[in-house]
Amino acid sequence: MTKVVEFIGKVSQFGFQVIADLFRPPFEADQLRRQLAEIGSQSVPLIAASGFALGAVMTLHTRSTLVTFGAAAEIPTVQSLAFFIEIGPLVAGLLLAGRVGSGIGAVLANMRVTEQIDGIESLSVDSFKFLVVPRVLACVIALPLLTLFMDFSGLLAGFVAEYGASQISFHLYITRAFASVDWANFVPPTLKTAVFGFLIGTVSAYFGYTATEGAKGVGKAATNSVVLSSLLIIVSDVVLVKCIALAFPGTAL
Amino acid sequence: MSLDNHTAVSLERVSKSFGTKEVLHDVSFQVAAGEALCILGRSGTGKSVTLKLIIALLRPDAGKIWIDQDDITTLKTEELSRVRRKMGFLFQDAALFDSVTLYENLALPLLRLTNKSQDEIDASVDKVLHQVGLAADKKMMPSELSGGMRKRAGLARALVLEPKILLADEPSSGLDRITASEIDELLLQQKTERQTTVIVVTHDVHGARRVGDRFAVFDQGHLVAHGTAAEVESSDSETARQLISLPC
Repeated sequence: MTKVVEFIGKVSQFGFQVIADLFRPPFEADQLRRQLAEIGSQSVPLIAASGFALGAVMTLHTRSTLVTFGAAAEIPTVQSLAFFIEIGPLVAGLLLAGRVGSGIGAVLANMRVTEQIDGIESLSVDSFKFLVVPRVLACVIALPLLTLFMDFSGLLAGFVAEYGASQISFHLYITRAFASVDWANFVPPTLKTAVFGFLIGTVSAYFGYTATEGAKGVGKAATNSVVLSSLLIIVSDVVLVKCIALAFPGTAL
Repeated sequence: MSLDNHTAVSLERVSKSFGTKEVLHDVSFQVAAGEALCILGRSGTGKSVTLKLIIALLRPDAGKIWIDQDDITTLKTEELSRVRRKMGFLFQDAALFDSVTLYENLALPLLRLTNKSQDEIDASVDKVLHQVGLAADKKMMPSELSGGMRKRAGLARALVLEPKILLADEPSSGLDRITASEIDELLLQQKTERQTTVIVVTHDVHGARRVGDRFAVFDQGHLVAHGTAAEVESSDSETARQLISLPC
């Protein structure tokens, strides 16, 4: 139990140091650009493909039920609300925890065990600011943007699936999809993924930056990064959903 | 205490443990400015740890470490950064930043720590790469370099800020005799042409005798002999006498 509390303390301290260092020069714009490309742009195909597949599957599943109850016209609405409020943010967070979390954990751990981090420190460069802060910040920025990709891919796939079944026009599908969507259904759930980004970045950078034990340590850092950041995303989602519901009553599904 | 102007590095009663294992016990020695000290010893006797303590990548459990007039064991991060700028470190496996090119590895400290223009940075990088014989390879990634080239690249990075003190951790390990000799020559050049203080951890007694003015021999975390080659050869420590003697 003491070890768990000690671990939580260390990760929290690591996270607070990231926040403090965000506002302390030098600002690593170059590193941030590199990480945004690595974490953001390179994740677009995975997010778009997953969103498209999920969107199609969701329409295929919900269609028969809604048709049975004579609510076929609600298919676009259900699709858009489900994606904007929960599926998009959560699935994007979990996919990114896998792709980006393991990447950050493994890269930093490899740099630690091959003395690259010591090499950077020996050059009087603050390795934490240089390596950790840009990665966490890139996760915070990229997650909401990638969530948008997931949302709209899901919606597009929903339209394709529905068009296959009922030849609905794109204009009508989009009109119905956005008819019941309030900005509070869209903006807060999308922005909550910035918190997921912070958790993914902080947890995986912590495991990588503090890695030991050579090659075994690299593997451990990658695995632990994915497992803990995924778990934290799901747990924090519960809290964030409740907070959003309190702040914007009546907007939940 | 502060150091006289001729002492570049001084360790006073330094001890360091990792968990329950004590790797350095009560170690004291001084290195004069412009001098080359070679640290010899069997594997796992605290030689590399000593270098990391000198550049403050590790903190001692006890004792003081002076770099010029600064006791680095009491310095805060910003002040430590100022002191580290006086030092260059050649890591055993070069420790090049593997996601960027050789040029970017060398330009990084210049960009971050100096006010040089891009042209001046290019010129500094070219100069030091030319010095180590890698002028044509600056666009290569570290993974594309051979072992010897990586070592020379690591040395180039250690030298790019023109340090007053050069620390080298097993510069000839894993290299053939000719390449090892080239690395030794580069270290010697730094000492003779730029009056750089050089501290080398090595198992290569040929190279050590060629580069070193004085020698420190470690055994199980203790400094068992310290002095010129002749002084170490006549020391009481059997280990020291064995390590300093040239193989037949």
